[in-house]
Amino acid sequence: MTTTTASTPGSYYRFKPWNVGRLLVWSLFALLLIVAPLLFTSSLALTMLSQIGYLIIICLSYNMLLGQGGMLSFGHAVYTGLGSFIAIHAMNLAGKGALPIPLVFIPLVGGLAGMLFAVLLGYVTTKKAGTTFAMITLGIGELVASMALMFPEFFGGEGGITTDRVYGGSFFGITFGPAIQVYYLIAVYCFICTAAMFAFTGTPLGRILNAVRDNPERVEFIGYNTQRVRYFAFIIAGFFAGIGGGLAAINFEIITAVDSVSILRSGGYLLFTFLGGATFFFGPIIGAVLLVFASVLLSELTKAWLLYLGLVFLFMVMYAPGGVASLIMMNLRVAKYGKLRALLPSYLGLAGTGLVAMLGAACMVEMTYHLQLNAALGPEMSFLGATLNAKALASWFGSGFVLLTGLGLFELCRREYVRQWGRIQEEIEHEIKRGEAL
Amino acid sequence: MAQDATTYSLELRDLRKSFGKTEIIRGANLAVKAGERVAIIGPNGAGKSTLFNLISGRFAPTSGEVLLHGQRIDGKKPFEINRMGLSRSFQITNIFPNLSVFENLRCGVLWSMGYKYTFLRFLSGLHDANERAQQLMEMIKLEKKRDTLAVNLTYAEQRALEIGITIAGGASCILLDEPTAGMSRSETARFIHLIKEVTEGRTLLTVEHDMGVVFGLADKIAVVVYGEVIAFDTPENVRANQRVQEAYLGSAIADAQAEGH
Amino acid sequence: MLNGVSYGLLLFMLSSGLTLIFSMMGVLNFAHTSFYMLGAYFAYTLSGLVGFWPALVIAPLLVGAMGALFERYSLRRVHKFGHVPELLVTFGLSYLVLEVVQLVWGRSTVPYGLPEQLQGPLFTLFNTQFPKSRSFIMLVALLMLLSVWLLLTRTRIGLVIQAALKHPQMTEALGHNVPRVFMLVFGGGCALAGLAGVIGGNTYVTEPAMAASVGSIIFVVVVVGGMGSLAGAFLASLLIGVVQTFAVAIDESLASGLQALGVMVSEETFGWPVLKLTVSQVAPILPYLFLVLILIFRPKGLLGTRED
Repeated sequence: MTTTTASTPGSYYRFKPWNVGRLLVWSLFALLLIVAPLLFTSSLALTMLSQIGYLIIICLSYNMLLGQGGMLSFGHAVYTGLGSFIAIHAMNLAGKGALPIPLVFIPLVGGLAGMLFAVLLGYVTTKKAGTTFAMITLGIGELVASMALMFPEFFGGEGGITTDRVYGGSFFGITFGPAIQVYYLIAVYCFICTAAMFAFTGTPLGRILNAVRDNPERVEFIGYNTQRVRYFAFIIAGFFAGIGGGLAAINFEIITAVDSVSILRSGGYLLFTFLGGATFFFGPIIGAVLLVFASVLLSELTKAWLLYLGLVFLFMVMYAPGGVASLIMMNLRVAKYGKLRALLPSYLGLAGTGLVAMLGAACMVEMTYHLQLNAALGPEMSFLGATLNAKALASWFGSGFVLLTGLGLFELCRREYVRQWGRIQEEIEHEIKRGEAL
Repeated sequence: MAQDATTYSLELRDLRKSFGKTEIIRGANLAVKAGERVAIIGPNGAGKSTLFNLISGRFAPTSGEVLLHGQRIDGKKPFEINRMGLSRSFQITNIFPNLSVFENLRCGVLWSMGYKYTFLRFLSGLHDANERAQQLMEMIKLEKKRDTLAVNLTYAEQRALEIGITIAGGASCILLDEPTAGMSRSETARFIHLIKEVTEGRTLLTVEHDMGVVFGLADKIAVVVYGEVIAFDTPENVRANQRVQEAYLGSAIADAQAEGH
Repeated sequence: MLNGVSYGLLLFMLSSGLTLIFSMMGVLNFAHTSFYMLGAYFAYTLSGLVGFWPALVIAPLLVGAMGALFERYSLRRVHKFGHVPELLVTFGLSYLVLEVVQLVWGRSTVPYGLPEQLQGPLFTLFNTQFPKSRSFIMLVALLMLLSVWLLLTRTRIGLVIQAALKHPQMTEALGHNVPRVFMLVFGGGCALAGLAGVIGGNTYVTEPAMAASVGSIIFVVVVVGGMGSLAGAFLASLLIGVVQTFAVAIDESLASGLQALGVMVSEETFGWPVLKLTVSQVAPILPYLFLVLILIFRPKGLLGTRED
């Protein structure tokens, strides 16, 4: 019994180009950006929103390589990080009066830096494709990360480089001291960059980039130098990555090498862009949101968050390689044909049993983590409000039992779901063929 | 051969190719005039696909020359050769699976229309490219499937799309590698008709195994055996060629004769 | 110098497993060094239970079994999606293994020590002692190389593997269980990594960061040597191993070199930050510089065969 029904291409909801719907979506996006801090007023929310803002730019720039170009890069943080560093040095120079650049243009400085490094390093990087490309990006990522300790003047050594974003005169009365003003700066850049990158997908270079992803050899035989195409895309992605980095520098007013150019950070961009969905334009936007939620909220909730992340990622690659975005789109298509209601009971069943299974698993994981990391605090720990003794056999049996029952029931629900999904897809295909014959 | 080299559309001069110690192409010679339709036949393993790969730039020859319109193209990269006016299709369907039919064709025309690597214009605004893609779609009779993703087409439709992409750039010399492979009788007949239409006036080389196709389509036949072109002549003369009858499956030609071609 | 060679041979043990899996299956196993780490940790625990020498055999087998299981249940599923998802799934695995290792064994170094037989120097050369443990590494690495080569070229299984590499469908049509062969090959590659871990872990340090630190160097080795070429991997491993070990010991910098030549350099000189770097400071990035240079001047790698 194959379970590929969920991933056959074409089973997505198709956007019709240039209709009112698109205008609506973009307006909603702008509205959301403007209104968000008014809805979520805590300072934590504002921090998160600001981070989401520039991470959207970064993840979208990453997806230009991954989703649009089929280039898996393990070293994207190089371009965001170097953009951050140049931006922060520019801010310091501007603050001293040596470089008269107002704060609003600093992200562009970061962007130009990212672009410059992409021009330099990208030439070598894009000489190869596929797996080799991935390894080259890894090597160059490590190269830059290791160089950080060698040039403390530029990278600031262990402590990093700090800056003060309030310098020079105010810009129409805005000093960018308060966080809310920085948020709106980020929001403006976010909207413009998102629009720009979306526009890119509709240009010749953008489309040929897709062709290169699909079939690089064929592209050569329609007159294009695939290496060139990749190189140009790499440079453009580097530009936007640098803008994101520049905004990060403004936001935090400190940049450290160990954080900003590390392989860990690159891995993070990869993970979450993929989770959000590399096959759709808006997937990375979801990915950026997930990234901030995971690193800010989830990490507070449990020490095991990296483990959960790894597991989620693994399952996503195996069962939903198009990410969250693809899941949404598949269900939108089902909804368009009016069949979503039939699936609702299945979904509820899956959610319920899945939750039970996860509770059991999470309980065991948390207990293990507790024993490992908080051993000094004794075996008692709290899990979702209940106190558990991590050393008691009863706790382990209990959570194991919950896990197993959850898994068993989940499997039952899953089979039913797959059957239903397959049937619905067939019905939809049938209707499409009928429509085509008319 | 007292003819001027520049009157030939495609020329192979003592072309050789070895992979490691094995010489696959051992001195192939061919001279195709502009507008000629040439079928390349030969036993399996004779090196027909390798020849195509050498001509189109996928591999560089070990020695010898390939000339397109009198200019050397051996050793050049595929995209360079393509820009000089040569295009090819593949034995295994080679299209852009995640793009729609229309997009596939539009990609094929972009370079030849001069749009190159630009990212400052929108595809929807490139009227000439869009019109040409529309024309191509109608030529290969896939207008009804305009927005279908290429991966969702039937096999025959994909092969038609492949041809469409191949001729999209306006190349004057077209190489088709087993275009009717895997098709039924009726599909093949229709496809040959299509090929004749869309390659009107251009130089065509196809690798073919189906002798019915060969005799119906080609002005000249080139017989390739063990990496050499042992005969290059009109179908009737090739049929009568002793060497060919010895080297190739004589029964295949006799069968086609019996069928009244 | 011998230190460099032994380090290089350890690198080769790892990169050869990687190259084999890549040549066989087209999969670049990002988690390869994670299996290396697992090998070291398993050996650590097993040494505590049954002693080092049994652990030397058991740990790689355990790691190989885990690798095979992963192939069967994870990798195989993803195979049809293409090479990028394959790489991603091994990437996810490496993340996971790191977390689990930290969970079970803690986040700091574990005292995985040498057994008595391998402690102490083997011989003394020019006042520097060459430890037994490193020579043991060299021995095992060479033995491993030999046995793998013999296995692939002389035995029937080896021929089947080679056939499955070039023409998987044909080999399957002939009745060989190709998926099982893939599983064996993957498991075998992981077992080799595990073996490297067993012997590397007690000579070098055993800690959660060991996978990442050697991981990127291994990838550099494979690219520099040429993707899919075992001989290239061998050459590159030795080269990088030797160069790095040497470089760490050299405290000269361009500045001191220039000064020895009589050229005056000081803080005012242009480019001082670069000139004052000692070779030992630069050592960590040498492999990556190598990578960049090779890519510019010889993109196929030293002895590259398989182009993707």
